[in-house]
Amino acid sequence: MDSSRQLFQYILSGLSNGAIYALIGFGFAIIYNSTGIINFAQGEFVMLGGMLTIFFLTILNLPLTAAIILSIIISTMVGVSFERLAIRPLKNAKPLSLIIITIGASIFIRGAAMLIWGKDTHALPAFSSNDPLYIFGATILPQHLWIIGVTVLIIIGSRLFFNYSIAGKAMRACSYNARAAGLVGINVKSMVMLSFAISSAIGSIAGIIIAPLTMTSYDVGVMLGLKGFCAVIIGGMSSGMGTLLGGLLLGLLESLGAGFISASYKDAIAFIILLLILFIRPEGLFSKKETERF
Amino acid sequence: MLKIKNINTFYGQAQALKNVSLHLTEGEIVTLIGANGAGKTTLLNSLSGVVPPRSGEIFFNNIRINNLAVHQIVRMGISQVPEGRQVFKPISVEDNLELGAYLKHKMLGGGDEVKRNKEMVYDLFPILRERRKQLAGTLSGGEQQMLAIGRSFMARPKLMLLDEPSMGLAPMVTQEIFRVIENLSKEKKTTVLLVEQNARAALKMANRGYVLENGRLILEGTAGELLENKDVQRAYLGKDKKEIWER
Repeated sequence: MDSSRQLFQYILSGLSNGAIYALIGFGFAIIYNSTGIINFAQGEFVMLGGMLTIFFLTILNLPLTAAIILSIIISTMVGVSFERLAIRPLKNAKPLSLIIITIGASIFIRGAAMLIWGKDTHALPAFSSNDPLYIFGATILPQHLWIIGVTVLIIIGSRLFFNYSIAGKAMRACSYNARAAGLVGINVKSMVMLSFAISSAIGSIAGIIIAPLTMTSYDVGVMLGLKGFCAVIIGGMSSGMGTLLGGLLLGLLESLGAGFISASYKDAIAFIILLLILFIRPEGLFSKKETERF
Repeated sequence: MLKIKNINTFYGQAQALKNVSLHLTEGEIVTLIGANGAGKTTLLNSLSGVVPPRSGEIFFNNIRINNLAVHQIVRMGISQVPEGRQVFKPISVEDNLELGAYLKHKMLGGGDEVKRNKEMVYDLFPILRERRKQLAGTLSGGEQQMLAIGRSFMARPKLMLLDEPSMGLAPMVTQEIFRVIENLSKEKKTTVLLVEQNARAALKMANRGYVLENGRLILEGTAGELLENKDVQRAYLGKDKKEIWER
């Protein structure tokens, strides 16, 4: 295989991994913007998405579409009850305490998943055929196209939601100025709950679309969650487009690094980038400069 | 319309309002004057549910509201224009107004009413119509204040609470803001509770006034009475200062 074809191959797989990181990153950003906390349980929703789908598919013998939909619904319900049971009761807690609670929740969900489904690795069948397609000499699996397509849809959908629907605008208003949002009649608490619902739904979707490629087990959430966190730190919490670019950049660098240096450094590359960004530009590469007067 | 009975409000251990009672009749403009830290903003926030009073009662049209959440109080028809404007800076002027009508959007068929109210706000403040696509954060202080008032009016409140609308604004702009507040009261039939540093201008427009000092109401009366009151003149209107110093 000549090197340009190889390069193209790395770019393709980097982009599809990057899309997943971006989706997980979105989940972080949505909750961060509405509550000011980093939800370290985000990765567990990614795990839940994949594992629940496999559970419905293999144990209950549901068709794939039904299994996916049920899995998204249940993951979302887990996200909402997490907010109701563990976040909302602590009204005046500091963000740091809440972040520690999310770590606790993450360990809890992971442990529960291990007890229910065991430690085995499971594979989800691909959504469509498993035959690779050949583009410019590089092979690409139909599942990669699913990943890219679903990501694009979610990004377009969330842009429409946040910029054009009144509920989306209200969520943004809460993140910019929660008190003023309350004073115009927005129920800030239910917006926080909605943000948990949206971000756990997006997380579970990410987990479902990647499960056919990478396999899934009770503990995939740890690494995927951290990668999503990297994506959102690279892009900057405030910018949706930045998170997408951050995720894609991370996926690309990872796959190029793994291809040209060594595959065993794949994860190290992500965390080196994370550290560099946190040292040099903690607000993210693509964060918007706010224009405002006082 | 509004009856506050003996409310006591605390920030942690510190008591900010002590046994405050006041009332508003429909259609009135009532102003609340007092020095910095007297508890004027706290009183508005107690009314809005931002800092609920620890004891006492608040009735709005004979319904008890002091145990309701902030957004429920807005739904009752009480809308606050907070101190320092608090517009949603990274959102456009038009969307800020739309968010002001958030509760109307949820009801079916609210679209037309929202549109009508938006036109009304643009007629009150033509500059906002010109700048409707701009981000609220790029407006000048006066324009942001206009937007904050417009946003609050979008909910078509029965009672509007205004917290220092003239703060930091040029006299010309202040005049325009006051003209609109008067218009909201007279033409749009909104009852107004106005907190102002600029006591003279506020009392000239208001029907009645209350004076708040260290968390207690120490004086109340018609605007005319308060303007004539020696203590008010000395403490808040800046009159007779010289004589006092010389005495």
